[in-house]
Amino acid sequence: MAMAMQMLLPDWPGNFWAHWGVFVVIIFVFVLATVMGFIWFERRAMAVMQARLGPNRVGPFGFLQPVADVLKLLTKEDVVPAKGDRWVHWLAPVVAVAPMLMIFAVVPFQSGALLADLNIGILYIVAISSVTTVGVFMAGWSSNNKYSLLGAMRQVASVVSYEIPVVLSIIGVVLLAGSLSMQQIVMAQDIPFILLQPLGFLLFFIGALAEINRAPFDLMEADSEIVAGFNTEYSGMKWGLLFLAEYGEALAVSAIVTTLFLSGWRGPVLPPWLWFLVKVGLVFFVIVWIRTTVPRVRIDQLMALAWKFLLPLAVINLLITAVEILAWPEVSLWVMVPVNIAIMIVLVLLWSRFFKLGWGRVEV
Amino acid sequence: MKFERYGIGIAKGLRVTIRHLLRRPVTTQYPEQRLNTSRRIRGNELIWDREKCTGCATCAKTCPQGSIHIVTSVSIEENKYKVEKFEVDTGYCIFCGLCVEACPYEALFMGYAYERARYRRGELVLANEGLLASEERKPSGYAHPEIAATLPKQTLLLDKDRGKR
Amino acid sequence: MVGKSKAMETTKEVVIKAEPFVVNIGPAHPSTHGVFRMRTTLDGEVIVDMEPVFGYLHRGIEKLAEERTYTGVIPLTDRLDYLASMSNNLAYCLAVEKLAGILVPERAEYIRVIMAELQRIASHLIAVGAFLNDCGAFMTPILYMLREREKILDLFEMACGQRLTYNYMRVGGVSQDIPEEFAPALGKFLKEMPGWIDEYDQLLKDNEILLARAKGVGILPRELAVNISASGPVLRASGVKWDIRKADPYSIYDRFEFDIPTGTAGDCYDRYRVRIEEMRQSLRILEQAMKDLPKGEVRSDVPHLIRPPAGEAYGHIEAPRGDLGFYLVSDNSIAPYRFHVRAPTLINLTALRDMMRGWKVADLVIIFGSIDICLAEVDR
Repeated sequence: MAMAMQMLLPDWPGNFWAHWGVFVVIIFVFVLATVMGFIWFERRAMAVMQARLGPNRVGPFGFLQPVADVLKLLTKEDVVPAKGDRWVHWLAPVVAVAPMLMIFAVVPFQSGALLADLNIGILYIVAISSVTTVGVFMAGWSSNNKYSLLGAMRQVASVVSYEIPVVLSIIGVVLLAGSLSMQQIVMAQDIPFILLQPLGFLLFFIGALAEINRAPFDLMEADSEIVAGFNTEYSGMKWGLLFLAEYGEALAVSAIVTTLFLSGWRGPVLPPWLWFLVKVGLVFFVIVWIRTTVPRVRIDQLMALAWKFLLPLAVINLLITAVEILAWPEVSLWVMVPVNIAIMIVLVLLWSRFFKLGWGRVEV
Repeated sequence: MKFERYGIGIAKGLRVTIRHLLRRPVTTQYPEQRLNTSRRIRGNELIWDREKCTGCATCAKTCPQGSIHIVTSVSIEENKYKVEKFEVDTGYCIFCGLCVEACPYEALFMGYAYERARYRRGELVLANEGLLASEERKPSGYAHPEIAATLPKQTLLLDKDRGKR
Repeated sequence: MVGKSKAMETTKEVVIKAEPFVVNIGPAHPSTHGVFRMRTTLDGEVIVDMEPVFGYLHRGIEKLAEERTYTGVIPLTDRLDYLASMSNNLAYCLAVEKLAGILVPERAEYIRVIMAELQRIASHLIAVGAFLNDCGAFMTPILYMLREREKILDLFEMACGQRLTYNYMRVGGVSQDIPEEFAPALGKFLKEMPGWIDEYDQLLKDNEILLARAKGVGILPRELAVNISASGPVLRASGVKWDIRKADPYSIYDRFEFDIPTGTAGDCYDRYRVRIEEMRQSLRILEQAMKDLPKGEVRSDVPHLIRPPAGEAYGHIEAPRGDLGFYLVSDNSIAPYRFHVRAPTLINLTALRDMMRGWKVADLVIIFGSIDICLAEVDR
């Protein structure tokens, strides 16, 4: 057992528990601090893109605005609906947040710097990220409000529908890297996979946006729908936890995109962990940029997009990747880049022509 | 939902938004920065010139809301009306400026200030001395071009916004 | 499957019917533009019936007008459709001038046209911005459009001193002349506004998601639009080329060259496009009016207390929201005997029910936003 642990972590002076302890602290601090930073960043960036300033009163450049928000949430009254299920209501934010934190156990901040280098890394992430949906459903159920339940069920349906194209595009990356482990995937990216799998990146990005309920797929929390969403009956810190879960998932998605497609912490001049942070910030900026610009889709358009557009493209992407790997194993990777990009453009154009929503006005 | 434009429409929108990152926002940081209001602003108060007023009550007749109350008495020695009480209920007033336009002796002015909130409704009723012009109660140039010429020029957003497309 | 089994032949079809339930989209809701209540009957997700309930903002303006002088009613008309006050003032002054037979000097006519067209642009900016906000574009379009509206409001403030309730038009002209810095500022505005409208188009005209949500949704057929006497962009988007400025010209609109944009399908997307094109046409009229602005006085010699002869008159204009008309009856006293407002948004509202049936709940807000009502005018 000691020999096995030695082989597992040859470079750590302490024992396994020291490594675990340090990384747990790092993950907690990183996630919480970065989520607060992301909240601030999103509000400022979105504001400047809308020709106004964001928060700038609390602290220099409004830096302490998320702190002020957290303090405000802590002082609010905790309301539980009278006929709702008390324990489920209390547990739902916990079930939503905990898996989100667990995702970061396998995200490499630097070469070998991760909590546990599981050799099923990305599969672990896919499995864990589905558990947050259970938390959301619990939130909708315990509110004893038929609109919350409706919103929660829509969310579950959309997450389930978008899992499939996301997972299929991940398999494309795994085929190229030859391993499920996140560390190996980063090491295999001499060319970032975004160039080798452009279609996969697009599908993963759109699917992940839908899974984390960000615009343009944020109909659950929109205030112009009469269904007010699963977090209607939440106030105070419980709502804060659900909010944290949402931004934490955005951070998790950015981290996963960085690791899978943008070659993680690899980069020329800066220290690796700084490269990682820069890339995560860049991906998050793109997420914010899309939120500022694009209007919302309707629920049936959301489902149609998943099943009729993303899923077939994901399957075709997987097929083409597999064919390329089997048929041309010796070809230099730089040749495959323009080929793949051309294939992506052709496929997207073709599919857009033939995609039809197939839903119209119902006769009453 | 047809993707007739193959995602180009969304891309064009994204381009517009990202260009805004490079422009200066047009927000004014009130209360540290204030803009110059128009020279003819119908600000939140009424200013009365006691010397010129003759108590004819044209303003009271013109007011759509009936917020001006004038009490006069006849002064036979000086052969004119003496204005006992000139009271304006600025809570009722809608600041339309009809009274200022109607006064034949140019004895009424709209105010130039606009931050005139009070804590009690009773403080909104101004009478006699409370209506005279002073350092805080400056008259504006509404229907009084000679005052408008002395006030600072209005800041326009057209001048501030240097956004390039 | 070769043939039907015996069981299938003998069982009758059992239809599971869900009871339609009534949902109240209450007076206070983030997306009803004002206090407006819709009692919708839903069958699952589909809207079966919709009953509008309004009157929450009724202030009795028509009765209040009978106790004010003719000039004193002008601030009251400001508060009818507060997003387009200049148009309200203009329509009312036209009605009184028709009643009393008062002529307006040339310069005043030109200034009135300039103010009315600027007001049209400002009102359409809010209408389009609020519609796009309801579609879910998270305030980006409405913030851009509010920035342009600020520029117009600055111009108005320069002329009359206020930014929302102008009280600028008088019977027989306008209340004061425009200051000398108005013309250069307006010229600057006219030079940069087409660029901004192009930027709005770039942002959202071809956006696939907007097309998916608004194209084909909430169709108002042409015959229905004409039958319920709809007016304004709602009518023109359904394909009827009817604009009071061309059909029954008032003021000096017959001297200007402009087109009337119409739509073809009568859906939400067409109403949005018609409003954007109307903004461009307004810019055209403004350029022509600025060029030809004559010198002269701006107010004919009309006393403050007007006593028109007994009779009645109806003055109507093309307000940004439709055909706004004022019906005045006078009995030779200083106050109107009867004052009635033909509110275009109230009449356009009557089509709402037919536009909404058969669509889903998520479309309700979009359809409601696209007909662009202002509750203050509906309820008066």
